[in-house]
Amino acid sequence: MEILSFWTIVQLVLALVAILIFISGNAIILVWMERKIAGYIQRRPGPVEVGPEGILQCVADAVKLLSKQILKPTHADSLLYWLGPILIFFAVPLIFMVIPFSPFFTAYEVDLGILLILAFSGINVLSVLVAGWSSNNKYSLYGAARSVSMSVSFEIPLLLAVLAIAFQTGTLNLSTIVAKQGGWPWQWNIFVQPLAFFIYFVCAMAETNRAPFDLGESESELTAGFHTEYSGMGFALFFLAEYANMVVVCCVATALFLGGWNGPFLDGFWWFLAKAYGLLIVMMWIRWTYPRMRFDMILNLNWKWLLPLGALNLLGTAFVLKLIETPCIKEFLEGWGIL
Amino acid sequence: MSQLMHPDSSLFDDVRGDFYTVNFEKGSRENTFILNLGPQHPSTHGVLRVLLELDGEYIMRAEPVLGYLHRMHEKMGEIKTTGQYMNNMGRVDYLHAMAWNWAWAGAAERLGGIEVPERAEYLRVIATELNRIASHQVGWGAYILDLGAFTPILYAFEDREFVLDLLQMMSGSRLTFSYFRLGGVASDVPPRFFEKLREFIPYMRERLKMYHKLVSGNMIFKERVEGIGIIDREMCDRYGATGPVSRGSGIAHDTRRAEPYSVYDRFDFKIPVYHEGCCLARTLVRLDEIAESLNILEQAANQIQPGPVQPDKPLKVGYKLPAGEAYFACEGGRGKIGVWVASDGGKNPYRIKLRAPGFSNLSLFAELAKGTMIADAIAILGSLDLVIPEVDR
Repeated sequence: MEILSFWTIVQLVLALVAILIFISGNAIILVWMERKIAGYIQRRPGPVEVGPEGILQCVADAVKLLSKQILKPTHADSLLYWLGPILIFFAVPLIFMVIPFSPFFTAYEVDLGILLILAFSGINVLSVLVAGWSSNNKYSLYGAARSVSMSVSFEIPLLLAVLAIAFQTGTLNLSTIVAKQGGWPWQWNIFVQPLAFFIYFVCAMAETNRAPFDLGESESELTAGFHTEYSGMGFALFFLAEYANMVVVCCVATALFLGGWNGPFLDGFWWFLAKAYGLLIVMMWIRWTYPRMRFDMILNLNWKWLLPLGALNLLGTAFVLKLIETPCIKEFLEGWGIL
Repeated sequence: MSQLMHPDSSLFDDVRGDFYTVNFEKGSRENTFILNLGPQHPSTHGVLRVLLELDGEYIMRAEPVLGYLHRMHEKMGEIKTTGQYMNNMGRVDYLHAMAWNWAWAGAAERLGGIEVPERAEYLRVIATELNRIASHQVGWGAYILDLGAFTPILYAFEDREFVLDLLQMMSGSRLTFSYFRLGGVASDVPPRFFEKLREFIPYMRERLKMYHKLVSGNMIFKERVEGIGIIDREMCDRYGATGPVSRGSGIAHDTRRAEPYSVYDRFDFKIPVYHEGCCLARTLVRLDEIAESLNILEQAANQIQPGPVQPDKPLKVGYKLPAGEAYFACEGGRGKIGVWVASDGGKNPYRIKLRAPGFSNLSLFAELAKGTMIADAIAILGSLDLVIPEVDR
C-alpha cells in the first residue's frame, strides 16, 4: 500500500478545513434559500429583519441554538445519544473530499470515488438509528425505524442508477465521468440516461429524508421523529447534516448526470455550483408543494417501480454497450459517423 | 408494552402511568406498544389525547382521552345571566362561534318567546354563513397540513382573512364572536358592508375552483385520503355523527333543511352529499359547502330589507328566562349544535346542556382507527375536523 506523503496529508487537512467552511457557509445560504423559497411559494416575504433580505437570520438562529441548554432525557443511553449527531455529521466532509468541483478543485482524487460516496452515505442511516434508539422516546424510535427501512431500501435503486452511468463511462472516478461529458445539455449523461437520473433524484430525496419522503421526521405524526429529544447543538447538527446531505446528493447528481464543471463557455466550478443549486431549488420546491406519502406507499414506489425500472435500465445499458462493441456493428456505426 | 423501550425494564417499575394508561394497558396483548398521541401533539389540533396500542405501524386499539380543555361552560351557564352567557358561546367552538351564538340565542328566545326582527334574522344568516366559510377554510387547510403539505394552509388563511374582515365589520371581533343578542344582533352593519360582501362572493367562487384543483389534482393527496377511514350510514346513526362527516357518508341531513329555523326556508341551496364515506368525501363536502354558503350569502344580501335589528325595547343583560325548558338546534360547521336550557324563573338558567357535534364525531375515531396505520389515523382524525375546545366544552 502506498504511504501518504507529508504534502498529501497537508493537502488533505487543508481540504478538510475548506470543506467544513464550505459546508457551514452552504448551510447558512441554503437555510436562507429554503425560507425565501418557502415564503415565495406561500406568498409571504420570508425572513426580512436580520441583515439585508434576512440573510443573517440563520446566524441569529445558530447563536440561539449554541446558547441553548443541551438536555438528555432520563434513561437515555449517553454514549449513543451523543454519538448520533456526531456520526451523522462525520461522513459528510469525507464525501466532499472526492467531489470534483473543477479539474483543479478536487480535494482528493480517487479512482473509486462513487464507491466511496455510496459507502459513506450509508453511515447516515446508522446515525439516525442510533439517535432514535438511544433517545428512549417512542416517537424517536418510530422515526428511526421508518427512516432506516426507507433508506436501506432506497439505496438499491440509487445504486442501480449510478451503476448504469458507471457502465456507460467505464469508470468509477467522478472526475473522469465529468470529463467525458460536454458543455451543452445534449452532451450530458442525463440526455442518454434520463431514467437513471429520475431514479437517482427520487432516491436522493428519500435518502436525505426530504418531503414528500420525510417519514423519519413527519412532524404531524411523530412530532419530530428521530430527533425529537435533541435540543441546542444536538439538533443543530442534525439540521446542518440534512442540508449538507442535500448538497452532497445534488453535487453527485451534477457530476454524474449534468456535466459537472463543463459549461457552454468558461468551464469552471461556477458551472458546477450553479447546476447543483438548481437541483437544490427543485428539491425545495417539491418539499413545499406536496403532502407526505404514507409509509407503505413509499415502499411500494421503491420495490414495485424504482427497483424494476432501475434494473431494466441497467440491463438495457449493458445490452446496448455490448451491442455497439460488436465489431460489425461498430464498423457500421463508425461508417455513419455516430461513434 | 412500554418496557420494551429499554433493556433494563426494572427502571420503569415505578412509572405506572395515569388512570387511563393503566386501564388501557390491561387489555394489551404481547408484542404491542402503547403510544400516547398527545395531549400536546401537532396534529390533534389542541389538547386531545389518544391512547394507541400499536403493532409496528398498525393500530390495534385506540382510545381518545378527553378533558384537557374542559372549561365548564355548561356549569358556567348556571352562574351567569342570559346576556352574559353569550360571551361563553364564542369560546366553545372558536372556529364557528356564530353558530354557537345562534344556538344559545335560539334556545333562550324559544323559552322566552322573544320575537326577532326580520333584518336581524338576515344578519344572523349572513354572519353564520360567513363564519362557516371561515371555519371550513381552516378545516381543509389544516387537514392538508396534517398530511404533511405546509403550503395550502397559508392559501386557506389568506382567503379566511377576507371573511374575517367582513365579520369584523359586523361584530368588531375576528375570532371569538359575541355578535348575537337575545332578540336580535348587537348592531347593524356599517354602510359599506354589503358592497364588500358583493365583492367577496365572486372572488371566493374563483378561488374555490383552485381549491378543487388542489384536491382532485394532487396525486399524493388523493392517494392519502381516498378510501381511507370509511364510515357507513349505520355507523353514523350509531354514534350520532352529523355535519360533513355524515353528509360524506350519504346522509343528506342538514338542520337548516330538516328543521328550518329563522329565514333559511327562503333560500335556495343544495345539501352536498357524497356516498363514499371516506376522508376525501368529507373534504369535498366541506369545499362544496363553501360554495353553498356563498349562494345563501348572495340571496340574503339581495333579500335583506332595512329595519331594526333588536326589539323596540332591547332585552337587558340580566333578562330572566321564564320557568320551563327549551331545546334549539342549528347547523354548525362541524354538525348539529344543540342547546337545551331549563329555567326555574330565577336570575340565572337552572341548567344548560350543550350538544357539541365534535364530541359525537370524535367518538367514531376509536372504531375507525382500528387496523389502520398511524399516518392513516392522523388522516382520519383530521378529516373529522375536530375543534377540541368544543369537544371538551
